[in-house]
Amino acid sequence: MKSFIGRRAISSAVSLGGLIVLVFFLTRLTGDPTNLYLPLDAPMEARDNFRVLHGLNDPLIVQFGSYVYDVLHLDFGESIRKARPALEVVLEAFPWTLTLAVVTMGLVTLFAIIIGSLAAARVGGVFDRLSGIMSLIAASTPEFWVAIVGIFIFAVSLGWLPTSGTGTIWHWVLPITVLFIRPFGLILQVVRGSMISALSSPYVKTARAKGVRQRAIIFVHALRNGMLPVITVIGDQAAGMLNGAVVIETIFGFPGVGKLMIDSILQRDFSVVLASIMVTALAIFIMNLLIDLLYAVLDPRIRY
Amino acid sequence: MLEVPRHPALTIMKLLWADKFACIAALFLVLIVVCAAIGPYFLEDAASKLNLRGRNAPPFDWSQGWLFMLGADSLGRSILARIAVAAQNTILIASCAVFASLVIGGALGLIAGYSSRRLGDTIMRLADVIMSFPSLLLAVIVLYMMEPSVLNLVLVLAITRIPVYLRTTRAEVLEIRERMFVQAAIVMGASRMRIIFGHMLPIVVPTLITIGTLDFAFVMLAESALSFLGIGIQPPDITWGLMVSQGKAYLHQAWWLSFWPGIAIILTTMSLNLLSGWLRIVLDPVQRWRLEMGGKNND
Amino acid sequence: MTNTNSQYRHILEVKELAVEFHTANGRFQAVKNVSFHLDRGETLAILGESGSGKSVSASAIMNLIDTPPGYITQGSIHYRGQDLLNMSDVHRRDINGAKIAMIFQDPLAHLNPVYPVGWQIAESLRVHGVDKDKANQRALELMKRVGLPDAQEKFDAYPHQFSGGQRQRLMIAMALGFEPDILIADEPTTALDVTVQAQILELLEELQAETGMGILLITHDLGVVAETANRVVVMNQGEIVESGLTREVFKNPQHYYTRKLIAAAPGHLGRQGGATGLREGRDALLSVENVVKYYGKFKAIKGVSFDLMPGETVAIVGESGSGKSTMAKTLLRLEEPSEGKALYKGRDLFELNPKELFELRREIQMVFQDPTQSLNPRMTVEKLVCEAWKIHPQLLPRAKWKERVAELLVQVGLSPEHAARYPHQFSGGQRQRIAIARALALSPELIVCDEATSALDVSIQAQVIKLLSDLRRDLGLSFIFIAHDLPVVRDFADRVIVMKDGEIVEVGEVEQIFNHPAHPYTRALLDASPDADPDVQAQRREKRERERRMAVV
Repeated sequence: MKSFIGRRAISSAVSLGGLIVLVFFLTRLTGDPTNLYLPLDAPMEARDNFRVLHGLNDPLIVQFGSYVYDVLHLDFGESIRKARPALEVVLEAFPWTLTLAVVTMGLVTLFAIIIGSLAAARVGGVFDRLSGIMSLIAASTPEFWVAIVGIFIFAVSLGWLPTSGTGTIWHWVLPITVLFIRPFGLILQVVRGSMISALSSPYVKTARAKGVRQRAIIFVHALRNGMLPVITVIGDQAAGMLNGAVVIETIFGFPGVGKLMIDSILQRDFSVVLASIMVTALAIFIMNLLIDLLYAVLDPRIRY
Repeated sequence: MLEVPRHPALTIMKLLWADKFACIAALFLVLIVVCAAIGPYFLEDAASKLNLRGRNAPPFDWSQGWLFMLGADSLGRSILARIAVAAQNTILIASCAVFASLVIGGALGLIAGYSSRRLGDTIMRLADVIMSFPSLLLAVIVLYMMEPSVLNLVLVLAITRIPVYLRTTRAEVLEIRERMFVQAAIVMGASRMRIIFGHMLPIVVPTLITIGTLDFAFVMLAESALSFLGIGIQPPDITWGLMVSQGKAYLHQAWWLSFWPGIAIILTTMSLNLLSGWLRIVLDPVQRWRLEMGGKNND
Repeated sequence: MTNTNSQYRHILEVKELAVEFHTANGRFQAVKNVSFHLDRGETLAILGESGSGKSVSASAIMNLIDTPPGYITQGSIHYRGQDLLNMSDVHRRDINGAKIAMIFQDPLAHLNPVYPVGWQIAESLRVHGVDKDKANQRALELMKRVGLPDAQEKFDAYPHQFSGGQRQRLMIAMALGFEPDILIADEPTTALDVTVQAQILELLEELQAETGMGILLITHDLGVVAETANRVVVMNQGEIVESGLTREVFKNPQHYYTRKLIAAAPGHLGRQGGATGLREGRDALLSVENVVKYYGKFKAIKGVSFDLMPGETVAIVGESGSGKSTMAKTLLRLEEPSEGKALYKGRDLFELNPKELFELRREIQMVFQDPTQSLNPRMTVEKLVCEAWKIHPQLLPRAKWKERVAELLVQVGLSPEHAARYPHQFSGGQRQRIAIARALALSPELIVCDEATSALDVSIQAQVIKLLSDLRRDLGLSFIFIAHDLPVVRDFADRVIVMKDGEIVEVGEVEQIFNHPAHPYTRALLDASPDADPDVQAQRREKRERERRMAVV
């Protein structure tokens, strides 16, 4: 197990390293932040000071070297925009995204499993057809459009929910609902397919021959087997959300990592971009480990 | 059992007819493709002609003529015409991206699955790196750095989707190469090329096409999201995603600006999803009978 | 009958049962007008080939038919006088597992892979109201009873950690929780090695003597029927064609289908030609010297040597793990050997460069076990056969392909118009004929058959063997015939090689191996392969009894 985590950590670190290099140089190519932060008529001297302060005068490769050196000493640089340590800025935004992702994926998993299992239990039944239509529509709907329509109906027309921002529990309702839809449609389909094959497997026949009740057959015998492929998809979807639900966070003015990244790129606040990438990468790494662990718990045939 | 061989197109039409939903979906997609192909020539004028008196004209107001049945935008342009014109960019970007990623991903997958272990592993690691990229972030950086043109948009979308085809192809190839009919071919002395093109491709391609149809929907949504964020297609070019985005500012006065292009996206995506499900069955000889017998056996 | 308070005559009575399936090809009667009964303490075998409806009948008793696509359209099933078909689901569940239990073929697939075996055995008790501790305790007793070593430690192990025979013992333990009146055994030993099969059958017999349960045995294997059944019901295409006491049915079959089945039993066909005097004063066609094959550290083949004369048929027989299939694949260079030589006409197969190998591919062909998998499902028969000439274009000019395909199809007992069809449109036996036609397309001199008849029904198996021996006679082919049990090769091979754990334990002429086996393992193998003759089985059983009694003393 230890060596497995080690191997995973190394391969993740390699990918992350590649990503950091790429992002570092690509972002620097987008231009010099000086012009963005100092007024047009700022004197040359002020410009030079700004550049020196943020290390923008050195050759790119030197900048990169010193950045790597700093990161290895857990210094992720300074946010130009906010004049605060970049890591601090990111860690402020991250819990919002994490909460959003965890709550949404929790709900998605719960509903998808229950509805998908019941649909699989009677293929072609009313429930199955209903879930088929639901998942088709859910998987086909662009979330930004649902967000806008949702705002129009529930915030503008009915005035039940706030349009954007944070503060009360009501601010969470629309973002979570909108984020819920697509993963729900997708995972519902996977659960259904996986459960259909689990329910038609020989060991379910054995359980029926033993006299096990239908409910126990679905939720004890088939579900644990049927969950294995589902977990992979849940992991992929959750990883996507941890990377920041950019569109949703932008529309709802939600101070998460996704919005932070977009704003930072647009403002050429490079340290924050890189710090957010590293924080989310770490989160995704941990999540993937948990998923592998869950695999081994669910299926005794898997050993690392 | 032994059927008289018919023209393949006829067989396909018959199989499509057997699944009514897929049939409607296919018809709708044909309509969209026609719009994309000829829409701009006929409706370019209507889509760009300003009509300040008809600003934000509501939908279902027949006094303005059928072009304005879905209403008008903030500059008084017909939304219907604009949707038809925007179809071209939307479909063009998505189909180019899907085609490029399918061909590149499929080829790399074949190589990764049927060449030396080391080369295969290297290709897979590359795919992992791409997969570990937050794709939207990558798109934002690249598009912000380069001009947000159609070509660049296609490039970014294609690169992020390559791993999907690569992994599928490789997994299939690894499975097929262990199958006995491949071993039988080796025993007969078949060359690598014969095995790849004669035995593996015919099985891999249908799977890729099925995934490609599904992915078309995904890419379309991604393109819409990028355009929505303002880093995709730039005005005066339009796509459906951009139309939704532009309408957002007028949500309070004219909901229909965002609503209709969104519906266009949903209907297209839904049709693609339906068609992909149908394809999955048609292209699988083991499942195909479900459709062939569809009419007679509905219980 | 010991039961006195009953109006029923038999513990299980199936009357005029009919089951219909709604499939692609319309409605299809899987079971037609089937009636039989079972009493306590007896074993009734339902004998039939694939598609005979034997398993469907058993599933109907257990309420395991999926609706859709299957529907019971007629008939009744009574257990102790209670009508099973008109019973509420709740009531039915009380009988399933407690009064009537079932074990299946392929226990690995039929045990839930993600739960410990102890839990699964205990579950069969818990669902019928036994509390958890008692159930666990009883489960442990059952595991000990069916002869699992270290039952205590293995209680929390998972199915994949057991061997095939042990898994079937676990299934039996699971079925025995309430000492059911009836045990339905659906092909319980089909996937097992013959020696393991013998042990499982013995266990079932013991348990039957202990609990007095009635056993309904579903099988395709005449030998198993001869060994275990008191009475037999023979089914063909959904109908019962004959029934009666096992011995009478076997000795004096009435229906032509039963006669055909018994005549087709492996080892009873009689010699299929075969040449004599092949070995004198000639050079071997193939001479294998000291072949070794490692998989990592595991030594799958531990130094195997043998000769094959032109026109000769050598059978390699062994149970799973004996290395026989690896041997075949190594000869065809589908696997690379670790050491050793294989001289084919004096040239070492293992040393050939790709070009030489390509030339030789034509001369050595292979027929695989499962024709469903060895034929590409997306190619027509014509394409499948012609591929050989596409690869070796010098063999036949394109203009003659069509004609030659027709010829080959006729030669293997199909007809020329079959060329346009796809493999899935044929039956298993026909598919194997196609595979043989494909091998013949290259006009090979040596054909390696890797379990080429194992996946086929007995009667089809006999036909394919007949076809192979005709080809041998007409074309002078040499064969290496890989098989997992002995009777199959008796009718066809000239010489037999018995392998165990990667080594050859015995080599000899067919008659010698079957009549005077020298090695104990060969003898064990022969004894374990059930003979399709109830008298032979009765003798063997007596002999075993004697030995057991001797051992006790």
